[in-house]
Amino acid sequence: MTNQMRPDLETLKARYPETFGPPAASRLGVPAIALAALALLIFGLIELDFSPQRIWAGLSQLGWITLLMVPPDPGSSLPAYLAAMGETLSIALLGTTLAAVIALPVSLLAARNVVPTQFIRFPVRRFLDGIRGVDTLIWALVWINVVGLGPFAGVLAIAVADFGAFGKLFSEAIETADRKEVEGVRASGGSALHEIRFGLLPQVLPVIAGQVLYFIESNTRSATIIGIVGAGGIGLQLAEQIRVLEWQKVSFLILMILIAVAAIDWISNRLRFAIIGRRAIA
Amino acid sequence: MALAVSLLPDPQLDALHTAYRNAKSRRRRRSALAFGIGLLALLTAAFGAEVDLGTLVSKIGNFFSYFDRIFRLENGARAWTDPTEWFWGWRKWLSLLGETILISYVGTLIGAVLALLLNFLAAQNTAPHPWLLFVTRRFMEVCRTVPDIVFALVFVIAFGLGPMAGVLAIAIHTTGALGKLFAEIVENIDMKPVEGVRSTGAGWMACMRFAVLPQAIAGFASYALLRFEVNVRGASVMGFVGAGGIGQELVVAIRKFYYSDVSAILLMIVVTVFLIDISTGWIRGRLFGGRT
Repeated sequence: MTNQMRPDLETLKARYPETFGPPAASRLGVPAIALAALALLIFGLIELDFSPQRIWAGLSQLGWITLLMVPPDPGSSLPAYLAAMGETLSIALLGTTLAAVIALPVSLLAARNVVPTQFIRFPVRRFLDGIRGVDTLIWALVWINVVGLGPFAGVLAIAVADFGAFGKLFSEAIETADRKEVEGVRASGGSALHEIRFGLLPQVLPVIAGQVLYFIESNTRSATIIGIVGAGGIGLQLAEQIRVLEWQKVSFLILMILIAVAAIDWISNRLRFAIIGRRAIA
Repeated sequence: MALAVSLLPDPQLDALHTAYRNAKSRRRRRSALAFGIGLLALLTAAFGAEVDLGTLVSKIGNFFSYFDRIFRLENGARAWTDPTEWFWGWRKWLSLLGETILISYVGTLIGAVLALLLNFLAAQNTAPHPWLLFVTRRFMEVCRTVPDIVFALVFVIAFGLGPMAGVLAIAIHTTGALGKLFAEIVENIDMKPVEGVRSTGAGWMACMRFAVLPQAIAGFASYALLRFEVNVRGASVMGFVGAGGIGQELVVAIRKFYYSDVSAILLMIVVTVFLIDISTGWIRGRLFGGRT
């Protein structure tokens, strides 16, 4: 009787481990990580010269700047800004297209189901990783050294930076393609090139087209900033106006960028739906 | 029955054939038109971006010789023959790289916390008021459409030169980018737990805390880690506009043609980004067991 009134805790724990919760070590894990993250945050704030006075002074400055920004006003340079915006859009479109065209053959080399040997795939992948590790702005600086200041350097910078990203994305798309169609082409006597052209490409082209369109949109943003280092486009105007503290022009330029990105976003979404259908995105 | 394939009579077959040919040529015309429009757009863009293939062809050698030059020391020897000379400034560069990582860590954390606070207002299924949803969404759109380096340019003027401007720029951009992704996660949750909590008389805050957050937190953490990775790349160029990190050193090396320094710093950045890619990928795998 008394034994049944006081059940043996040890056997109960052994029988229902989940009821008694995870062991202390894993329960302490989350707070420990949170504490470490907080400690690192505080260390970072101190290390990076954050101080209440600086934040306060900066915020009041920022308040003034925001006040000076309204109303947005291009002054007399509206035509120049429109031309710069056109240049930016051109850079984005051309850079992305160029990157896609170069990346497609290279991505085949990085795809497991096309190139079975590790010896080619591995170096190609690390090469693409290396290119992606370098920011577009850095590529812009390098290309300025090669072709001189101007939008052409921007096109090449975006093309190289996106080449790394596309190479990876395309090869992933190729790896998820269905094998059966490739085998069908092979069974009917097709060569390796036929397999790629008639077995793989029809499957991956819609995916790739979707990604390219998405990148054109995100590159419109990138193209707005490469002007800061002198590679053409609206970023050049923006950086200049910020440096000379023409805040009304700055806010006008930012507004232009917002509208342009929204417009490109809308167009590329429409095109994407037209190409891969509504279903594939949802 | 015979196995022969039964054919339609010729007149009917002809009609089908013409319909097929018409459909096919219509498709072909449409893709030719799309191709033409695309080509036209590209040509216009090439004109707008002052593309000069002559320059490219005549200067492309510079591109490769540039990479040849940055891997040479002052005395003309290959850089890797003398690593101590190549990485002469490694102490300074490592500490600047540390600063870069710290900038992106603090920026990502601040941005993620702000996004965490805002995203419940920006998700269709949890927003308390439609106008709050609209305002939060537009705010986050502005935050993520304006590139972080533009914020940095403005903040450098407001807060002064230094890493603080970089941190704040990254934080704001991250708020916009993560806020949208977080809100999408919240929109995809199961609403039954929310109704359960609601039926016990809990307020909006309690619903978010006890019904929404437990479902979404894993996704939040995963996206935040991904964003950290992106932000390390972003922080590496913050120094271009004077907002701290290794970028300052890099832009000086590139502009002043300190060739071997360029390659040394670039190599250090690439390796750092690569290591962070791997480790955040590993953490995400550990945290969510490959569910990401």
